[in-house]
Amino acid sequence: MIRFEPREKVPVWLAGGAPLLAIAAGLLLCSTLIMWANEPVLQAYGLLFKGALGSKFAITETLTRATPLILTGLAAAVAFRAKFWNIGAEGQFYFGALAVTWIGTGLFSLPPILMIPILFFAGAVAGGALLYVPVMLKTHLKVDEVVTTLLLNFIVLLFVSYLIEGPWKDPMSLGWPQAAPVIDEGVLPKLIDRTRLHLGFVIAVGTAVAVWLFMKMTVWGYEIRAVGYNAEGAAFAGISVNATVLRTAIISGGLAGLAGVSEVAGLKGYLTLDLSPGFGYAGIAVAMLAQLHPLGVIASAIFLSAIFVGADSMSRSTDVPSYIADVVTAVCLLLVLLSVMVAKFRIRVR
Amino acid sequence: MTLSLHQSSNSGVLELFGITKRFGNLVANDHIDLSLAEGEVLALLGENGAGKTTLMNIVFGHYVADAGRIEVRNKPLIAGSSEAAINAGIGMVHQHFTLADNLTVLENITLGRESLWSLRQKTSASRRKLLQISDKFGIRVNPDAIVGKLTIGEKQRVEILKALYADAHILILDEPTAVLTPQEVDGLFSTLRKLVKQGRSAVLISHKLEEIIRVSDRIAVLRRGKLVGTLPTSSINRDQLAEMMVGHEVVRPQSEPLPAGDIVLKLDRVSTRGTKGQSLSDITLEVCQHEIVGVAGVAGNGQDVLADLVSGSCIPTAGEAQLLGHPIAQLNPRSAVDAGVGRIPEDRHRKGVIGEMTVWENLVSENLRKPPFVRYKYVLNQKAARNYARTLIEQFDIRCSGPMAETRLLSGGNMQKLILARGLSRNPEFIVANQPSRGLDEGAIAYVHHQLLEARRLGAGILLISEDLDELLTLSDRIVVMFQGQLQHAPAIADLNITSIGLMMSGQKIA
Repeated sequence: MIRFEPREKVPVWLAGGAPLLAIAAGLLLCSTLIMWANEPVLQAYGLLFKGALGSKFAITETLTRATPLILTGLAAAVAFRAKFWNIGAEGQFYFGALAVTWIGTGLFSLPPILMIPILFFAGAVAGGALLYVPVMLKTHLKVDEVVTTLLLNFIVLLFVSYLIEGPWKDPMSLGWPQAAPVIDEGVLPKLIDRTRLHLGFVIAVGTAVAVWLFMKMTVWGYEIRAVGYNAEGAAFAGISVNATVLRTAIISGGLAGLAGVSEVAGLKGYLTLDLSPGFGYAGIAVAMLAQLHPLGVIASAIFLSAIFVGADSMSRSTDVPSYIADVVTAVCLLLVLLSVMVAKFRIRVR
Repeated sequence: MTLSLHQSSNSGVLELFGITKRFGNLVANDHIDLSLAEGEVLALLGENGAGKTTLMNIVFGHYVADAGRIEVRNKPLIAGSSEAAINAGIGMVHQHFTLADNLTVLENITLGRESLWSLRQKTSASRRKLLQISDKFGIRVNPDAIVGKLTIGEKQRVEILKALYADAHILILDEPTAVLTPQEVDGLFSTLRKLVKQGRSAVLISHKLEEIIRVSDRIAVLRRGKLVGTLPTSSINRDQLAEMMVGHEVVRPQSEPLPAGDIVLKLDRVSTRGTKGQSLSDITLEVCQHEIVGVAGVAGNGQDVLADLVSGSCIPTAGEAQLLGHPIAQLNPRSAVDAGVGRIPEDRHRKGVIGEMTVWENLVSENLRKPPFVRYKYVLNQKAARNYARTLIEQFDIRCSGPMAETRLLSGGNMQKLILARGLSRNPEFIVANQPSRGLDEGAIAYVHHQLLEARRLGAGILLISEDLDELLTLSDRIVVMFQGQLQHAPAIADLNITSIGLMMSGQKIA
């Protein structure tokens, strides 16, 4: 018989080791699918690894892909810490992209040192503003934010679709539904020549560190954590729960908005409808995988992006479709969540 | 054969041999030998954390002992299986009921007793059996009532019936009186006496001395996981028992006469809107410096709204309400604290602390935004906050591993000390204490009383809301009684006794 006994305190080696073990187990589990596709498992994983981290170019590709994931992951991590279930990072991402398109495609022109901060700031404001209505509905009418933020994603996508098919459509795009490109002053400089890795990655990592310090060191960070753990206790201690939720939501939406700015101004150069292959939703997985720790978000975003980039590359030279990446991500996420739970217990087999 | 028969007549129905249980470094049970005889009520007495509940959870199969064995009627009991315990005739009534609120009494009782594969419920047979048991022991409950609509006393009777329905001959009750009114306690005890008269046995876990002396035949005292001794109830008095339980003499402090000072709280015909089915109507009350005003009443008659009102969490809809010179309508929890209100909330786990945060974070939660805990207006000064926490931990004797300890790991008494430290260390001018000693052991209760009396001496006006009438009568300078949102001012303390307060609590007017 197996018994679970709660631990008083989870030792550090276990808290860190369990998720890593779970990821290994996830890869092992997914190897059955590769076998099913009649491909040698080790070779397939080898190709995946090589495609993600095997060369300088591969590494830059992985980090490029990780950039928006870090930011949307932070968006989810901050919101979930206050138990504000923001499922709308996808919509906030596109709002950030809309802001950069509106300002960055010729509204005015300034040197990059001013232009780039203005673009990021505008994106954050746009992403955060999008959450104002869901928060008001939640705090005043008790409308569930899961529903409102999720449905808002579709509204935003349709709005973006309307803009780039209509008023914002780039006349030079040969009929493709896309907006005009960002002016040169607003484009994020590349970090390494002849790669796609851009300044956005540095900004994302810097933001993660800033969010970590914010949550740990500031009064607002304290209040966000307190409200998330025990809203009633927080209110009793004199913390305004509604104000804290609003603040959290605006920060969360702002972070997702930054991701939209980074993708338009750093990678694509212009707004399209396929700008995000679900970065907003993937951010939730990133945050959960990191157990909502802002610095952990960097690692888990790079991990997920490595799986995706590696799987793309693997699928090009084997018969395993790139959808394996989704399976690996899902299985690893489930196992990591499970491992974190199980690590809280001592397991006795008798 | 004859030998074993002989043995069974000598020994008890339930025997524990050398039970030891460790949680990490903590030894919850240390080589405990215990024997329960047929037809007796054995009381298991000890402070919170003495290991009473752990021991009984081992008997009932929730935990497995690290060492030792258990026998029921001389047959070894399989460890770690509640099913085996139930089959051996052990029934447990937990402190927190394990009933489904949306089912009827009968459905709750037969839950899990019927085969999953039978398509039809054998309702009439089980109803007959239930009524039979209920007749035999005089435990009256309507089998078709929805459990969620029952009172707490009735729910407890359902739990007992559930155990008896499963043919329990050994009944374990974990702190059964903690949630009951005095009348309900009487009912429970007469049921217990009836049970043991018919040859059943009961183990009663409690830390309330008076009750144990009233109902038990024998008392086993546990202290820090060790069995201090087992004695017949007739051979011991309350003070000796308290000393055995705590390990040293406990004296609850007494109130000294002090002249009342200026008015700190003034409510004049105040009413509030209802929250959670409670509201205040037309309340008039004054609290002065150097004065403890006790509020008695059955739970749910508006005491919680009153506590919310005077701590700035609730706004009056009518009447004049002044707290320390501020109109209450303009206060919120933070400004009330700033104005000099100290608060001890009723529910320390849900309201009083944030369990997942550390001790230091909880100790500064009320004055988070004030120097020296914050620099540049928004940045926490963790070093100052931790030093402050260290001082309070020492001053208020909060037992924990330090400021960085997670608060939820603290025992109830230490959590209450944390709340007292946070609320009282800034010498508040007005204190609202809602059930400050609920669920605490003797030592901690004496500590809480001492702190409240010390605050009174220093000049605070205190509103003490409590369901413990002894506590109210010892500490209060005046007593008021709440009934259905209204206040009745009781006669002077000297003319009061528990019976007359009890009458007022049920709504009768006393001139």
